[in-house]
Amino acid sequence: MRDKQIEDLKDYKYGFSTDIESFKAPKGLNEEVIRFISNIKKEPDWLLQWRLKAFERLKVLKEPDWQKPKYPKIDYQDLYYYSAPKSFKEKPKNLEDLDPKLLETYKKLGIPLQEQKRLNGIAVDAVFDSVSVATTFKDTLTEKGIIFCSISEAIQKHPDLVRKYLGSVIPITDHFFATLNSAVFTDGSFVYIPPNVKCPMELSTYFRINASDTGQFERTLIIADKGSYVSYLEGCTAPMRDENQLHAANVELIALDDAEIKYSTVQNWYPGDKDGKGGIYNFVTKRGMCKGKNSKISWTQVETGSAITWKYPSCILKGDNSIGEFYSIAITNNHQKADTGTKMIHLGKNTKSKIISKGISAGKSDMTYRGLVDISKNASNSTNYTQCDSLLMGNKCGAHTVPYIKNKNSNSNIAHEATTSKISEDQLHYCQQRGLNQEEAVGLIVNGFCKEVLQQLPMEFAVEAQKLVGISLEGSVG
Amino acid sequence: MEQKLKTDFDKFISMSNFSNQEIKLKKEALDNFLKNGFPSRKLENWKFSDIKQIIQKNIGELTFYNDYNIKNEINDEIFIKEIEHNKIVIVNGKVERLSFEYEESNKINLTTLENFNQNPNDDNSLLSLNNSFSNKVHNILVKKNYSFKKPLIIYQITNEKVSNTNINFQLKFELEENSSIKIINLSDDNSEKNFINNLFNFNLGKNAILKNYKIDKKSNTNIKYDYSCINQKENSISETFIFSSGSDYKKNEVSCNLEGQYSSAFINGIHLLSKNKHHEIRTNTNHLYENTKSYQLIKSVIDDSSKSVYQGKIYVDSKAQKTDGYQLSKAVLLNEQAEFNAKPELEIYADDVKCSHGSASGSLDEDSIFYLMSRGLDKKTAKELLINGFLLDVVEKITDEEIKKLLKNMIGLN
Repeated sequence: MRDKQIEDLKDYKYGFSTDIESFKAPKGLNEEVIRFISNIKKEPDWLLQWRLKAFERLKVLKEPDWQKPKYPKIDYQDLYYYSAPKSFKEKPKNLEDLDPKLLETYKKLGIPLQEQKRLNGIAVDAVFDSVSVATTFKDTLTEKGIIFCSISEAIQKHPDLVRKYLGSVIPITDHFFATLNSAVFTDGSFVYIPPNVKCPMELSTYFRINASDTGQFERTLIIADKGSYVSYLEGCTAPMRDENQLHAANVELIALDDAEIKYSTVQNWYPGDKDGKGGIYNFVTKRGMCKGKNSKISWTQVETGSAITWKYPSCILKGDNSIGEFYSIAITNNHQKADTGTKMIHLGKNTKSKIISKGISAGKSDMTYRGLVDISKNASNSTNYTQCDSLLMGNKCGAHTVPYIKNKNSNSNIAHEATTSKISEDQLHYCQQRGLNQEEAVGLIVNGFCKEVLQQLPMEFAVEAQKLVGISLEGSVG
Repeated sequence: MEQKLKTDFDKFISMSNFSNQEIKLKKEALDNFLKNGFPSRKLENWKFSDIKQIIQKNIGELTFYNDYNIKNEINDEIFIKEIEHNKIVIVNGKVERLSFEYEESNKINLTTLENFNQNPNDDNSLLSLNNSFSNKVHNILVKKNYSFKKPLIIYQITNEKVSNTNINFQLKFELEENSSIKIINLSDDNSEKNFINNLFNFNLGKNAILKNYKIDKKSNTNIKYDYSCINQKENSISETFIFSSGSDYKKNEVSCNLEGQYSSAFINGIHLLSKNKHHEIRTNTNHLYENTKSYQLIKSVIDDSSKSVYQGKIYVDSKAQKTDGYQLSKAVLLNEQAEFNAKPELEIYADDVKCSHGSASGSLDEDSIFYLMSRGLDKKTAKELLINGFLLDVVEKITDEEIKKLLKNMIGLN
């Protein structure tokens, strides 16, 4: 019996779930539930009204259906929109107060908070289901005037900032999933970097989906004030579940004059088993606004998990001379499907954007790069460079490239390149001749293929990501 | 519009002598069109060019009835004199003359047939419209091992007799094994504000060669949709060249189905737009078998408040290993108001393939202009020279020397 359990869990390194009694809102999506969430989080009235407005809008919106990966219809009335570990009704003051079982969970994930916080120099704001567990390294950050906390806390302590910026990049009138998030979001991270401050460390959040049937609706808001800099890491793993779980997060970034935000993601949620059963639906809206002059937003993502990944981290280049960047590696194996890419909307003068996307598909998976580059009439002297490369392994998978290019300004230049190929026999042969087995050889070549993107990741992530690339492709060759 | 369509259709049927079977097919096609209507931007393929809106804005109410019983005079002046050629003359959608004077008559078989078989999954409602209102469809069959001695020029003429009218036309070519043909499709429009809907269907047998050159140069206010469907067997080659410049609105759509191994398709196109024109080229190359090859090169020069669109898709089936697909689109924007939209798309299901696409758009290179001006040219001439060179690149791809020379003169590129 035990052997069988181990066997079941072997494939997915992070597949387990902790038995913490969850505190749930009643099932279903209606005004009551939204009031319940708002009430339990002791939110001010304006936010409740904001949520309700989003909910009103949601009633008339239709789920989009233009995407490549199709999925069974989601019954939004059959989901729990709020769940918090029970022992969390009173928030712990320090790490030692935490539920030992929860700490155990993190240990398995490879982030033992107590040890890692000092070793890594990272402030970790871990989200366990929907409520922030603990926030570390507060002191160092507070000294600099940096606010890094859960969004619930920010709503209580910094309502003016939240009110000013929440929904300013992703309005409640946006598409279906973004609006759904606006109506029912439970928790997430909030970052504010004051003017002329360089954040001394990488800020990081580990997400974790736990309770079964709980859609996660994270909301992240990052504001970099004039002349500031921040690098933010987001990494996720989720326990093994049979039923599909919906994850519709919203991430908003705002960069004011001369500010820079670097946002990195490693996503390794449960992709479903070999037959395509189960797995997470990752429908995330990420959007950054280069609001001020000379501002810069850079997205880096390594997407290896989830049954379906459907997201387009975007940059709105509003300020003159602003820069948007997008670096992506997306790997799909078995029955995974990904439809991901970016949008670069050039509104200001002299704006620049760069897109590097690497897609790898193996098994029976399907991968699509979909992107938009839009240079508006007033965006003189803007440039864009796009490169998307796809690698195919086997003839049962697909790789697709769907770029939309719109140029309305004669002083601007857009260049787009895309290639699709397979790992060359020569390269494989060479590596194997040097003593690597086939799997190692493929891993090495794929890592080389991804290097341009991996380089963009902060050190702590780069190592993990490199390993992930290898793990994700296990069993796809031969 | 629905009522108009129905009454025009009844009138059209009563004035023609179609067989019952043909009428039945036409009726079905009409029902299909009534169901879907003109394509709008809601459809992915029409995202950049909403033809429904364009027709409404520029023409308004359309007449669908077109009298094929009128005899039109053909003015021989319009014929190309530089080269000897066979002719098909089409006036307002009616075939007025078919002459293959340079060819052996027993090698060509001319018939008329029922409508183009539309794939039931194809949601292109303009094909339905064409099927329901087009006159008898001519089928030109080129027999085994026969190569056309002279090019065939298709003159597509519209005269002042028609306006605010929808003209539908189809033509079908069958090329048997080892046969070949060169076609120049020349538009000569003297009419205003019509919606012209063309459909060309080519079936290429083993080793067959099709060279197809489409020229739309004469300035006119018509709205045009031109669809070419090319099905290719083993070892066949198709070459399509599009020069798109004259009409106010034009969408050229070319679909190549590479069904046999070692078949290849080449599509090259030019958009030369000024004033307020809106042109689109959409290419669909479907690699359905091993060892097939496709190549697309599209260049646009866009002036004033014109708009150029390129949508290109390379589809590779899981069977089509060793596919070689390449696609490049480039655009030069000469004016602040000009616009270029592109959607180069790859959809690939086989791993042993070499597919790539590139797209670039921007202004003329300032350094190059500076260089030419420092050599004594004025700015205008320098720009012209650069544009000339930019477009010549595409014209040079034409493989038939005689036709290349003719087209160069016609377009005014040297």
